[in-house]
Amino acid sequence: MGIVVGDISKKFGDFVAVDNVSFEVKAGELVALLGPSGSGKSTILRIIAGLETPDSGEIYLTGNDVTSLATQKRRVGFVFQHYALFKHMNVEKNIAFGLEIQKQKKPVIQKRVAELISLVKLNGYENHYPDQLSGGQRQRVALARALATEPRVLLLDEPFGALDAKVRSNLAHWLREFHDNFNITSVFVTHDQNEAIEISDKIVLINRGRVEQYGSARDVYEHPESKFVASFIGQVNVLEAVVRDGRINIKGADATFEPRDGEKLQTGDVVLLVRPEDIELVATPVSNSLPFTIKTIHYRGSHYEINCEVGDILVNVIENKNNFIRQQWSVAQNVFLSFKDYRIFTAEGGHEKVREKLKELGYIE
Amino acid sequence: MNRSNEMVKVIRQQRRLGKNILVAAVVIWFFFMILMPVFGIIREAFREGLDVFIAALTAPESIHSFVLTLWITMATVVINTVFGIILAITLVKQRFRGKLFVEGIVDLPFAVSPVVAGFMFILLFGPRGWLGSWFEAGGIKIVYALPGMLIATLFVTLPFVAREIIPVLKEFGLQQEESAYVLGASKWQTFWKVTLPSVKWGLAYGITLTIARSIGEFGAVLVVSGSIINKTQTATLHIHQQFTDYNYVGAFSAAIILAVASFIILTTMQRIYRQKGVD
Repeated sequence: MGIVVGDISKKFGDFVAVDNVSFEVKAGELVALLGPSGSGKSTILRIIAGLETPDSGEIYLTGNDVTSLATQKRRVGFVFQHYALFKHMNVEKNIAFGLEIQKQKKPVIQKRVAELISLVKLNGYENHYPDQLSGGQRQRVALARALATEPRVLLLDEPFGALDAKVRSNLAHWLREFHDNFNITSVFVTHDQNEAIEISDKIVLINRGRVEQYGSARDVYEHPESKFVASFIGQVNVLEAVVRDGRINIKGADATFEPRDGEKLQTGDVVLLVRPEDIELVATPVSNSLPFTIKTIHYRGSHYEINCEVGDILVNVIENKNNFIRQQWSVAQNVFLSFKDYRIFTAEGGHEKVREKLKELGYIE
Repeated sequence: MNRSNEMVKVIRQQRRLGKNILVAAVVIWFFFMILMPVFGIIREAFREGLDVFIAALTAPESIHSFVLTLWITMATVVINTVFGIILAITLVKQRFRGKLFVEGIVDLPFAVSPVVAGFMFILLFGPRGWLGSWFEAGGIKIVYALPGMLIATLFVTLPFVAREIIPVLKEFGLQQEESAYVLGASKWQTFWKVTLPSVKWGLAYGITLTIARSIGEFGAVLVVSGSIINKTQTATLHIHQQFTDYNYVGAFSAAIILAVASFIILTTMQRIYRQKGVD
């Protein structure tokens, strides 16, 4: 048993920061709390650490109820967003702090600090002060300091938020490796979906103080349960369509296509969710393709973003660089789209019911 | 081309002239306001020779006044350091009703004339004052005695420590303290090991200012003490007494001691200020 967050709520004045949040982190997992800023994810982390008191709900760490336990006694490792290193202490002293508070013997402290310093690859920096270190180095000191007292769980608040992109990605992967070697139950807060997808075992998606979805990165990406999830993790095209005679007709587009292999759909209104990278762009019609016209082309570095239109409908397509160069796409060109993957929403009782359901899930206003 | 070269030359000349005027103003100011007076004090103190100078300094009332100043200064530093830290932490970290009001009046002692402050304490602690009559009944003399002088000095030096560490504490924020809590440190341990070390240079600067002001305080102490020779006369009051008694050697020789003390404080302050900048 790692961490159990049981139905916690927290208000700041009238503002509901955390609203009946529950989830469980299994021992040894690395879980991301992902959400936009102000969504309450940091507050949840601080409640787990005991730095905030929830108005209601319980927190269990390794099977023990710690809800009313002071921060000092929870034995959690916490890495703050801006590291919060002790500025007047050198690297060694920073890492030794928790052990000194525990009144460990000198040789024990020295040995443990030396171990941690080589673990986070800061040999030679023992006597440096925090303001003599780079952001990445400070982050590693903060991590070593948090791990020195052998905490039950490791909590990281936007651990890479203050670093530049390159260092960020390196450090994120390093953290994953590190976590696997250490095998400590960890939760980290981030607003960066790529980071969450790349290094976590599971993602808790938080929006407005609530859990929108909890699952593996793959689950959350491929089976988003709400529009918020679908659009927060990657991009998505929302298309209204009608099913007739088992074929799907996008409203406004003058063509139909067959659903995925053997999928039987009832006649009626539906809504399609299609990720831009799941759409194939071809120059000549193939089976199940729909005629569109290229409206705009944007260069995005690793790929191109192409907006295609037909009537009032605008569809966003991601085309990789090599395909783009081979096909020589240009604005106003007539093209054909085929949907390789999509999510379909149906409901009995016609269009109104579908709209209601979509409204409930936040797909439409 | 030539024309623009000419222009540059003229502008440069004007600039040089402006710079020279500024430097001259500073030098003249420094000469009349600092060098001349210091020179004057030294000359007056030694006018009748070294023996007289030493005799004036070692006179019982002179020694008594310096010892008294020393005691008051030490007591003031201890009390106002502790209280200043409490005040600063309370104002930065606690939320309470009237906080803005308290924050506003922390600086009051800077704004009030020391003489006025002295009269304020006479009203309060004098034999017929609100609190004074009560103390008097218990046989404790506040005004025209050491306690009153200490209270007056505490009042005029109250803001120094708090004012110096409030901005440091604000910038310091909460995260380092929270780090300490998570690592198992109690609030008390966190205060000693994390909070206090991080404000130490600001604190040192505040204490230095407190010392300087305690030694130099005149107005408030004059009013409260009654300036009784060998009893309630501090160094500054002693100098004033000697001067009004036309004993210029006595006045200026004591003044030299205070000037030397000021010089030491000034250089200490400079050193601390540089450290503060480094941190």
